[in-house]
Amino acid sequence: MSNLQAFRQETRDWLEQNCPQSMRHSTPGGDDACWGGRNYKFSSEDQKLWMDRMAAKGWTAPDWPTEYGGGGLEKAEHKILKEELLSINARSPLDSFGIWMIGPALLKFGSEALKEQHLPPIVRGEIRWCQGYSEPGAGSDLAGLQSKGVDMGDHFIANGQKVWTSYGDKADWMFCLLRTDSEAKKQMGISLVLFDMETPGVTPKPIKLISGSSPFCETFLDDVRVEKDQVVGDINHGWTIAKYLLTHEREMIGGMGSAEIGGESLGQLAAKTLGVEHGRMNNPMLRAEVATWEIDGACFGLTAERVTDEVKSGQGVGATSAMLKYYGTELNKRRFETLLKIHGSDGVVWNGEASKGGWLPRTWLRTKGNSIEGGTSEIQLNVIAKNILGLG
Amino acid sequence: MALVLNEEQQMLKESAQGFLAEFAPIAELRKQRDAGSQTGYADNLWGQMTDMGWAAILVPEAYGGLEFGHVGMGQIVEQTGRTLTASPLFATAVLGVTAINAAGSEAQKTELLGAIAGGEITTALAVDEKIHHTPTQISMAAVKQGGGYVLNGAKRFVADGSTADKLIVAARTSGEAGDMQGISLFVVDRTAAGVEVERVEMTDTRNYANINFSNVEVAEAALLGEEGKGFKALSTTLDAGNIYLSAELLGMAQQSFEMTLQYLKERKQFGVLIGSFQALQHRAADWWSQVELCKSVVLKSLQAMDEGDKRAPVLASVAKAKLCEVAELSTNEAIQMHAGIGMTDEYDIGFFIKRSRPAQMMFGDNSYHTDRFALLSGY
Repeated sequence: MSNLQAFRQETRDWLEQNCPQSMRHSTPGGDDACWGGRNYKFSSEDQKLWMDRMAAKGWTAPDWPTEYGGGGLEKAEHKILKEELLSINARSPLDSFGIWMIGPALLKFGSEALKEQHLPPIVRGEIRWCQGYSEPGAGSDLAGLQSKGVDMGDHFIANGQKVWTSYGDKADWMFCLLRTDSEAKKQMGISLVLFDMETPGVTPKPIKLISGSSPFCETFLDDVRVEKDQVVGDINHGWTIAKYLLTHEREMIGGMGSAEIGGESLGQLAAKTLGVEHGRMNNPMLRAEVATWEIDGACFGLTAERVTDEVKSGQGVGATSAMLKYYGTELNKRRFETLLKIHGSDGVVWNGEASKGGWLPRTWLRTKGNSIEGGTSEIQLNVIAKNILGLG
Repeated sequence: MALVLNEEQQMLKESAQGFLAEFAPIAELRKQRDAGSQTGYADNLWGQMTDMGWAAILVPEAYGGLEFGHVGMGQIVEQTGRTLTASPLFATAVLGVTAINAAGSEAQKTELLGAIAGGEITTALAVDEKIHHTPTQISMAAVKQGGGYVLNGAKRFVADGSTADKLIVAARTSGEAGDMQGISLFVVDRTAAGVEVERVEMTDTRNYANINFSNVEVAEAALLGEEGKGFKALSTTLDAGNIYLSAELLGMAQQSFEMTLQYLKERKQFGVLIGSFQALQHRAADWWSQVELCKSVVLKSLQAMDEGDKRAPVLASVAKAKLCEVAELSTNEAIQMHAGIGMTDEYDIGFFIKRSRPAQMMFGDNSYHTDRFALLSGY
């Protein structure tokens, strides 16, 4: 047996023994995510058990180095772990902006001290992170941000307002962009800093969205003390790291485009709901819309696969994350518009069983933000035109 | 299999690029058209291609071929899309080889595949009878008589139909239009008695034909595969055809995009390059993204044929549907962004739209394949 085969067997055995049965299926229309953090309320004992067991193996961050609590898995092993998790329909043990965003940035740009301080608690799901990027006056023009950090010797005093802070009211720490040099050219005077959300002067306030939920906050910073040893990379050189993180975010958001909902394809769901006669779905126009979406979805999924394979084999052109973000989010929006049509008047029931307690209309509305957050579709098209096509 | 080319496939792609740029560029298409060529390509072109082994790429080694695979062949066909090169490559080296290999007897394979690989014969596939592709609706009759069959009916939109040595004809030996059962394939000499070939000039000036069969007598040995069970091999051949048409359309989409992008960087209006206008930048960026999607699905469907993947028929329809859409977008945007000169015959960009539409329609357009995709997906 090869090492990989042995790894697969060990993984399978371990998961069989350690993944609680209740963590092996998703709640229809429910929110199964486990976010962790100081104040997190687990939905069940199993949810906590599952997170803790995976964290102990380092498998909440499978490809991070073991010295920071990660799983230390090679690419091939990581792939096997994902496949085995999928095969038992296991839920994600921990969803985390720490794992997806600031962790990778720290691994690439952070000092040894910052890595040792922050990475292990992220892996264990003890600290939940949020992102302080956008401001009321700095959306698409992110580098125009005005929240200031004034140099006080060993620390900065931060003042300003952040907006679209995902789960800002539930997070424990923030990674935040501050203008630390007002004289320098736009992108040159920005630093990426870390601080505890319990620091005096930090006030997150939830924003109610059109979907009715409040996943985002505006976060006010009033004389917030930020230690200089909590600057990631060099002072005034945070923009490079911010861009790296944005690329990560784009890939993450773009990746949603081809996922199935509840293990069912759009076509299967539509056929079930609308009915099929003589081999063809009732409602020919909607049938065409569904088929066209599935064709585009398949092409997009294959493109994400090809881009990954090209990077692995060193053939990649790079900078494709803007394309994946653009197309993936537009595709996801289209999917939910189609889903709404498939479900007819049931699809717009705000509260009630007909739309799984409003899951469909609320999620549909939420997708409208996909092509805004992490850089709008128009910004992605700008990036493609300028960086890939060389149009000035 | 990773969605990337291996070194050999990459080399073949580059050598095809070099050859076509030298011997069959768009200027050659213009020359052939202006000279009223009956084939659309120079007399010696196919000889050069067969000398390089292109006719033998899909032929199994056992029958004198190279057995190099579909991904490799796909690279060549994609390049012919960039240069708009007409040749027997598609009708003979793809369709002929696939049909004979899928349906033929040992003797037929030995004889016909060997002859194709050696550049001795060319073929054409005669399927359509109506203005829209509907292979199950075949009604052309093949009636058993004496030791052979008598064929009666009409075929249209046959690529290379006016020049090919052998016609591979789908006809009905039983059942009626609409049945998948009862379709049989026959190999018929183009010059056989009762075969009347009318060359049809289409927008791409290639050598299509409408063909009438009046009491054409063929021997039993002309039957390709089992009587009445030809639909499976025909379907395999059409899937291959659609995947290669997708590869060609990909070449056209890429080339028309690149020519237009270049133009956006040269043409000035209002004192600035038109490529500096955001209205055009966003359209170009979206167009580029769509072409990226096409690259993935074409490569995947070529790989699926090489691997004998049972999803190849679905992928063929996914690829053709998507490529029809994006080729249409590409050739339209190319003209709009070139504006006035895009409308002139003198400028090459107009050739792309004129080749693209027949290639889209051949063996089913976007609507046909979207419908087929849905049917294959169970709705």
